[in-house]
Amino acid sequence: MLRYIFKRLIYILIALFIIVSATFFLMKLAPGSPFASERDFPAEIEAQLNAKYGLDNPWYIQYKDYLVDTISFDFGESMKYKGRSTNDIISESFPISLTLGIEAMILSIGLGVLLGVIAALYHNRWPDYLATTIAVLGISVPSFILAGLMQYFLAYKLGMFPVSGWKGFNYSILPALAIAITHAGFIAKLIRSSMLEQGNSDYVKMARAKGLGKWTTVFRHTLRNALLPVVTYLGPLTAGVVTGSFIVEQIFAIPGLGRHFVTSITNRDYTVIMGTTVFYSIILLFAVLIVDILYSVIDPRIKLKGAKK
Amino acid sequence: MKKRNLFLMLMLLALTLVLAACNFGSEKESTDDTKEGASEEGGSKELNLVIPSEPPSLHPQLATDSTSNAILQNVFEGLTTLKDGEAIEAAAEKIDVSEDQLTYTFTLRDAKWSNGDPVTAEDFEYAWKFALDPKNASEYASILYPIKGAQAYNLGEGKVEDLGIKVIDEKTLEVTLENPTPYFLELTAFKTYYPIHKATAEANKTWYAEAGDSYVTNGPFKLTDWQHSGSITLEKNENYWEADKVALDKVNISMVESETTTATMFDAGEIDWIGSPFQTIGLDVIDRYKEEGILNISDHAAIYVYKFNTTEGPTANANIRKALTLAIDRQGLIDNVTKGEQTPALGMVPSAVKGFEEDRGYMKDNDIEEARKALDAGLKELGLSDPSELKLKLSFNTSEAHAAIAQFIQEGWRTNLGIEVTLDNSEWQVFLDKLSNLDFQIGRLGWIADYNDAYTFLEMYDSAENGNNDTGWENAEYAELLKQSNAETDPAKRLELLKQAESIIMSETPVAPIYYYTNLSVKKDYVKNMEQNALGNMYLKYVDIEK
Repeated sequence: MLRYIFKRLIYILIALFIIVSATFFLMKLAPGSPFASERDFPAEIEAQLNAKYGLDNPWYIQYKDYLVDTISFDFGESMKYKGRSTNDIISESFPISLTLGIEAMILSIGLGVLLGVIAALYHNRWPDYLATTIAVLGISVPSFILAGLMQYFLAYKLGMFPVSGWKGFNYSILPALAIAITHAGFIAKLIRSSMLEQGNSDYVKMARAKGLGKWTTVFRHTLRNALLPVVTYLGPLTAGVVTGSFIVEQIFAIPGLGRHFVTSITNRDYTVIMGTTVFYSIILLFAVLIVDILYSVIDPRIKLKGAKK
Repeated sequence: MKKRNLFLMLMLLALTLVLAACNFGSEKESTDDTKEGASEEGGSKELNLVIPSEPPSLHPQLATDSTSNAILQNVFEGLTTLKDGEAIEAAAEKIDVSEDQLTYTFTLRDAKWSNGDPVTAEDFEYAWKFALDPKNASEYASILYPIKGAQAYNLGEGKVEDLGIKVIDEKTLEVTLENPTPYFLELTAFKTYYPIHKATAEANKTWYAEAGDSYVTNGPFKLTDWQHSGSITLEKNENYWEADKVALDKVNISMVESETTTATMFDAGEIDWIGSPFQTIGLDVIDRYKEEGILNISDHAAIYVYKFNTTEGPTANANIRKALTLAIDRQGLIDNVTKGEQTPALGMVPSAVKGFEEDRGYMKDNDIEEARKALDAGLKELGLSDPSELKLKLSFNTSEAHAAIAQFIQEGWRTNLGIEVTLDNSEWQVFLDKLSNLDFQIGRLGWIADYNDAYTFLEMYDSAENGNNDTGWENAEYAELLKQSNAETDPAKRLELLKQAESIIMSETPVAPIYYYTNLSVKKDYVKNMEQNALGNMYLKYVDIEK
């Protein structure tokens, strides 16, 4: 097990190196400068700015600098937000995205599993159709439409929630729902299909024959096995959800990390692009690793070493 | 069973940890509670606003954008400030101008910084020199160039000792100018001319990055809270010299990027006022606010233009440019697309600028007849027989509003002149690169005045090298007229020179003016005295709330 984790860590390092390099070169290839502004300023000042951020060096020196920055995890000052370091930006906005993300995760897993189980248990009867309809709607309606509709009806028309901002728990309910519903739909579909598959297996029939109730069988036996595909999906989902959603953060005016991914690129804010990319990659890679480890906990048949064939 | 209990316990523990780590900005919640308590007593006056993004810099000398400016102009105060279109004394009590208009002597009033220290001439000197120091790379330093020696020092050619900024004593500042600059007192109201507290700035290099004790200001409000990307709170500055005239106790400013969300917040009563720079009113709600009768419209010294690349391609031909400029249905565009009751721009200087209120009669809006004549002449010069042989590309930065305007004008050119135009949109930073490298044929741009004078709209075309020209056009006579206007001390004669220059640029049309902007705003009934001035500034000092 430890050897496996160690090996995976090496892979993570290699993947990170490739991501950092690719980001760096794509960033340099993209036209536009971080300092371009509607109102032009003298070339001398631009030269000073370039020197300040090391952009006057040849590309290989800049590349080396970025690699060093990445290793020491210190990306320097933002080029757009004066006097603010990239690390500050990440450390201030990430906890907010994390909170919202965890809330959304709990909601999406809860809703998804519930819908999926109902759909599977009442296979081809009306609860199944209802649950499936909700799931499909959840998947196909984009989160920004959902967010806009919820904001208009629940917050403005009914006044149940504040319209936007981030000042307390009730501010987080609508955005968390907006993020959760798409994923809940997806999880529901996954659970439904794997539950159906498990439902035909011998051990379930055995449990039912022994006289165990429908729901007891589900929670004691079937669900545990049916969760496996969901766990696979959870890795990338966690990474995606806890680092924030641009669209939802924009609509609900939440000061999270998600918007920095997009705005840093449109601003050509090189240091923030690099910082957020590396940060996101690390979270994503580790989330996938943890999922792989979780597999063996949930299903002992899966051996991480993969030695026995 | 035991095992399950342990598992449950562990899950609970994990959940508590997660919840404990949760960040809902609870700190802010408590301030909200006090707000409600206070307003019930009727003692506290609070205004709720939004801005579209995190202000990139709250350092007066490093800030470049209107969002930062919206905050800065309420927490800092320059030597002068603008009121009802005039520059009036602010931090300065008395201003003496020499006969030749080259030396300004400012006597400062007994004002205090938010930490209680007196505002001194040295603070101004420190701030201005900071902006001009090439090491600090202030992008707006060029606005200080009217000061003697400023340009040379900023470009690394002169010395700091040669600057025309002199501290006579603690309360007297003497400024020598390069040329008589009739709008200099408007400039001293501009953010780059604000003072900064020298002791704090020297002690802490990033004093401007956070709210708190290090953020020392001399304006009507102080910055008490700054949640990055979230919200900003301003509170009345008790040390401000005119604090008894400031009605508001507190201003809560949230950062909301979406116009739709902003409008919903306004409708739900969460904010009291919308209008640039405190977010803008979305195109989709303008009509509704107009019907409700709460939309407020005033002139704005700003212009929306299409620039032509005069160095190559069909747009190098003056007649083709003229035809394109004439064949724009500006009134139709305003009524159907922009909807903000803007004024059709038939000159280079907006009607909100002093001396330019009347139309100068350079051309008629949507003059198809003249446009066709110019087009025929242009085609002949280019040796083409049919307008469809012209291949034009109209570039703009990605935005729904710019795209709608471009499509409207493209359609007009197609039906009235028979010219096919393709549209080309690119991201903002890329678009700016294209403009400055003359890698375009027709490109859109807006220009907002920093000071209310025609010079700011004409100066950029004085030579092809000027970084804001973006057209490659230059004209010796035009440049000469601008130069003369700078040396002219009689305001009427100077205005005449500027109008002559404007007529030259309007006859060669390197730029097609489209419309003059307007300030749009909506407010709740209880908000008083809240309207932008012609430069789009919003001084919260004068705003009151009567609930």
